[in-house]
Amino acid sequence: MPISLDSALGVHAQALQLRSRRAELLAENLANSDTPGYKARDVDFKQALGAARSNAEALKTTQPGHIQPGAANPAGVARTGFRNPLQPSLDGNTVDVQVEQAAFARNAVDYQASLSFLSGRIRTLLTAIRGE
Amino acid sequence: MPLSTIFDIAGSAMSAQSVRLNTVASNLANADSVATTPDKVYRARNPVFSAMMQGMGRNAESVGVKVEGVTESQAPVTKQFEPGNPLADATGYVYMTNVNPVEEMANMISASRSYQNNVEVMNTSKQLMLSTLKLGQ
Repeated sequence: MPISLDSALGVHAQALQLRSRRAELLAENLANSDTPGYKARDVDFKQALGAARSNAEALKTTQPGHIQPGAANPAGVARTGFRNPLQPSLDGNTVDVQVEQAAFARNAVDYQASLSFLSGRIRTLLTAIRGE
Repeated sequence: MPLSTIFDIAGSAMSAQSVRLNTVASNLANADSVATTPDKVYRARNPVFSAMMQGMGRNAESVGVKVEGVTESQAPVTKQFEPGNPLADATGYVYMTNVNPVEEMANMISASRSYQNNVEVMNTSKQLMLSTLKLGQ
């Protein structure tokens, strides 16, 4: 059986992409914490990762004419939603800086967790390749 | 790669907050300015922020903050009886600026906190990018 890099790295590559997308959204929220009328946004990580995985695993194409499902909705593009504000400001801004900071910090830690999972996988592959 | 756009986002927010700090500095510097007529007196300035957007509707991508412009406060200016002041008008009144120093100090603290937040975001993203570069080593 040929080694597929995608399956060897597992879900972590997609998770990493989603984490970096989420970091971008949270940075936008923090950047716009003083912008009147700005609505805080986020992705539902569980749902987005599920969508990315089902994209990668389901719908195998058997004919050259079949449409590739991954092309229309690549794994990195997650559906974003607006956050339910705990306490919206009078100027229409729904960014809660503390909530966003906590989410950003947690996301950064999760990103590093995905990174260390990935480097573990890569080390495993290298060990197999070298035959040590 | 999305992580690198965080630098643009946080950078735009930092420049917007520094414009805000600049207007606060200008307002505080002019907190005691007087003038002969209400039209000539210094009025408190405030920047107006707006989100920069690309695309439309739900899929709109924000790329940070921009300063739409700087507005002058329309709060009423007070007049004070100072006949000895060289700027006093014929009846001996001078017009005081409508800068509220307490408001400006609070504004300054808020702006500097927001600036620091964005610096932290940038630092964290830099760390994440550096460890991504070292992946597999």
